Amino acid sequence: MSDIEKRVKKIVVEQLGVDEAEVKNSSSFIDDLGADSLDTVELVMALEEEFGAEIPDEAAEKITTVQAAIDYITAAQG
Amino acid sequence: MNSLINLQGEIALVTGASRGIGRSIAEMLGKAGATVIGTATSDKGADAITAYLSEAGIAGKGMVLNVADKESIESVVKAVTGEFGTVSVLVNNAGITRDNLLMRMKDEEWDDIITTNLTSVYRMSKACLRGMTKAKKGRIISISSVVGASGNPGQTNYAAAKAGLVGFSKSLAREIGSRSITVNVVAPGFIDTDMTRELSEEQRNHLLQNIPLSRLGQPSEIAGAVLFLASSLGAYVTGETIHVNGGMYMA
Repeated sequence: MSDIEKRVKKIVVEQLGVDEAEVKNSSSFIDDLGADSLDTVELVMALEEEFGAEIPDEAAEKITTVQAAIDYITAAQG
Repeated sequence: MNSLINLQGEIALVTGASRGIGRSIAEMLGKAGATVIGTATSDKGADAITAYLSEAGIAGKGMVLNVADKESIESVVKAVTGEFGTVSVLVNNAGITRDNLLMRMKDEEWDDIITTNLTSVYRMSKACLRGMTKAKKGRIISISSVVGASGNPGQTNYAAAKAGLVGFSKSLAREIGSRSITVNVVAPGFIDTDMTRELSEEQRNHLLQNIPLSRLGQPSEIAGAVLFLASSLGAYVTGETIHVNGGMYMA
């Protein structure tokens, strides 16, 4: 597991209060992890803080799964 | 101060705190134990706030803020957070009037009121929410006016902005209730401040006839309602408007 993947999953666990085992790459925040729309906004804010990146609203809307978050951060950091 | 109300550890940001209702709110929250940052539009106003806070032994200070300016809001909230910590009580009090009959009203008079009295509350709330949602607690209290509910000739702009605060607060209360953040409104009637001292003797007498308590209110009587909402006593009140008007308008 890459460093980015580990950190993203850690934040998802903290923000959504879910069990680590539940958080799969394919997990959808809303459909699989029980997040509501406010949770997803807070999750993006937490990712911004963790990775020191600004995520524009248009990009944030597309970050709906764990993998999408990993991909976005990976691309942004690359 | 009664030990039932204890704001120790809270960081309160009060806009328009150099005089009148805002000053009374800043002093009361401070006496209840909160650290208070009061804002004014000028250096002189900010210095006056710093002076009265320190005279009362209240932690905090005055800062310059133009609530009509997006950048000013962002930089002040950032500075407050850096120096004192996350704002946990936001009191949107700053406001202006630009009275005129609608048929004579200029676009600037309309726009100034909407920007300063309504858009500012949207911006201030947004700027403070990040910290509040993270802390999973917070109080947003906006000062409206009886005229937002009752209407008043010559104040279509002011009444529209003040009524707008109510709809704004109810909606935001629904959005962030799950984070234990409450959003409420206090709507003063006619309070003895510089804003109402501009009224003529005739207007004043006419007003008093319609107030069951037969007097103007004191700034501290508005501050009392704000203190209630800011404290743990008001924890289960959200999306609500508390009218403090001596019975002049009963919602």
